[in-house]
Amino acid sequence: MGGLIDGFGVVLEPANLLYCLVGVVIGMLIGVLPGLGPAATIAILLPITYGVEPVSAIIMLAGIFYGAQYGGTITSVLLRLPGEASSVVTVFDGFALAKQGRAGTALGVAAIGSFIGGTVSIIGLTLLAPVVAGVALDFGPPEYAALSLFGVLLVATVGNGGRLKAVIAAGLGLLLATVGRDTFTGASRFTFDSLNLADGIDFVPIAMGLFGLGEILYNLEERHTKQHEPVAVANAWPSRADLRQARGAIGRGSVIGFVLGVLPGGGATLSSLVAYAVEKRRAKQPKRFGRGAVEGVAAPETANNAAATSSFIPLLTLGIPANATMALMFGALLIQGIPPGPQLVSEHPDLFWGVINSMYLGNILLLIMSIPLVGLFVKILRVRPAVLAPITVLITLLGVYTVANQVFDIFLVIVFGVVGYLMKKFGFEPGPLVLAFVLGSVMETAVRQSLLIFGGNPAGFFTRPISGTILAALIVVLALPALRLLVKRQKERV
Amino acid sequence: MSEAALQEQLAADRPPHAGPSSQLGAAIVAGFIGVGGLIGSLALGLGRLTQPGPGLWPFVVSVVVTVLSIVLALVGRRGTDTEKFSRSSVLTAVAVLTLVVFAAVLPLIGFEIPSLLLAFVWLRFLGRESWISSVVTSVGTVAAFYVLFVLVLQIPLPRLI
Repeated sequence: MGGLIDGFGVVLEPANLLYCLVGVVIGMLIGVLPGLGPAATIAILLPITYGVEPVSAIIMLAGIFYGAQYGGTITSVLLRLPGEASSVVTVFDGFALAKQGRAGTALGVAAIGSFIGGTVSIIGLTLLAPVVAGVALDFGPPEYAALSLFGVLLVATVGNGGRLKAVIAAGLGLLLATVGRDTFTGASRFTFDSLNLADGIDFVPIAMGLFGLGEILYNLEERHTKQHEPVAVANAWPSRADLRQARGAIGRGSVIGFVLGVLPGGGATLSSLVAYAVEKRRAKQPKRFGRGAVEGVAAPETANNAAATSSFIPLLTLGIPANATMALMFGALLIQGIPPGPQLVSEHPDLFWGVINSMYLGNILLLIMSIPLVGLFVKILRVRPAVLAPITVLITLLGVYTVANQVFDIFLVIVFGVVGYLMKKFGFEPGPLVLAFVLGSVMETAVRQSLLIFGGNPAGFFTRPISGTILAALIVVLALPALRLLVKRQKERV
Repeated sequence: MSEAALQEQLAADRPPHAGPSSQLGAAIVAGFIGVGGLIGSLALGLGRLTQPGPGLWPFVVSVVVTVLSIVLALVGRRGTDTEKFSRSSVLTAVAVLTLVVFAAVLPLIGFEIPSLLLAFVWLRFLGRESWISSVVTSVGTVAAFYVLFVLVLQIPLPRLI
């Protein structure tokens, strides 16, 4: 409890307040602008965090992440263009409401739902995270091996896009992580005698290349050629009747978002889809959905914010990122010399509670920004992507140079930018690769230490209670789709 | 707007998919990396389960990558998740070229001129902005970067002035 209160003290330091504000404003902006997502933005800004205090840096990056969930709504409602993947379902009813002249209602309900969803999730995070971290303190290498495998495979199979390709991408990420000196034997692996590769590939150029530059290059092939004219909105005040109608959806969305956000591979996008589907199924007249149902906006927008917040739980308590954006947070923490894991709560309580409490503040700031100031953000939609692209590219290239003052890193970013572009063209998501890369060394170390503990017998992973349970759960989750397919075929035959 | 119509619109925003040959190509590239990993990790030495060598872990991962690539080549050919390269893909190629030139000349003549040129080329030729807008934006961007990186943050960028 003392940590919680001290955490508020940390947040209220002027510098941290400022970083929180900067984070949520940037998040809101990139959420509004189609193209760059939160993962790309966080990747591009990683070099800036080197010179910043750890607490402030993570507060800012977290602000970008949940701020983007707010911003993504605006373009979904006004332009029928989801700014983020997690706002795609909001388009169905949000744009329908806007066409009826009720854009303000849609945006207001979304903002209030986001605020409530975020807050519920923060309370859950506050209560649950220390407990999970406490349990995880007893984890040994076999548990970590099982957990990281669980994380990588779930992210790969639950994410959008082909599962097979996602697992292949994850495998490539694990291979990339082995480049450099082997920590156990000191042997150089896959360095091709290059001094630049002797210590392995740094996380920053990989993330900046695959997420940042790759996305910029991909967007250069103009996809949205039509310029959409946004609907004018002065402010966003939903009526009392609207709020009453949205009440249940916001409540259920908060819970769905919180639960799915904690699970690896869940996160904001999946939870928004599930929350929308639940509301549609529960509705007395499902036909209203897609024609301007307030619940159809409230549920997904609440859920995606709740999920964005709760996905911090596995990262801050187990050191296992639940999605690609959390993999970037993992990298940002490592840059600061703070390995994420169960010790985080006890060893860096200022960071742990400071970041969590900054979310309360950030959500209030976002609510203030998104209701009265929505008109301002709509104006930003008029900035052309062609103007933004060169600016973001220069920030990326100069930024990565400043990390170690090495031109080699710029070339690495370009190489991984091209790889990221080609991956997108060929249907591979870069997310699983980056996540696997981040977890790669943790996983290898854990597996090898486990083998030593077990005297070389891999069956040991299954006989230890916790690692065995995790692996069994993993097998069930992976086998479910196959089983469902089998049952379906059986039925078709009958 | 209905969900079906929206899905259709989102699909229309994507370029056409590239067909079975690109799926096969993707599988071959991934398989190639997997086999490369296999050979490399065998050379490093696998050791034993009781005493894992440096090559054991990359070997296991490479086996997974190789096997899944073969599976992809066999079953993935009807997938529609690839995108055709179009004429606008040339823009991307040009863009990459400007980046390489930028990185090559940066240590020689400082960041100012390469940044200015890169911004201008991207604005005028890749983004089809007007001449005036391109000049104003690129000069403004570099000036802002100079103030931010050099004067305010005092980051040691290679520079002309």
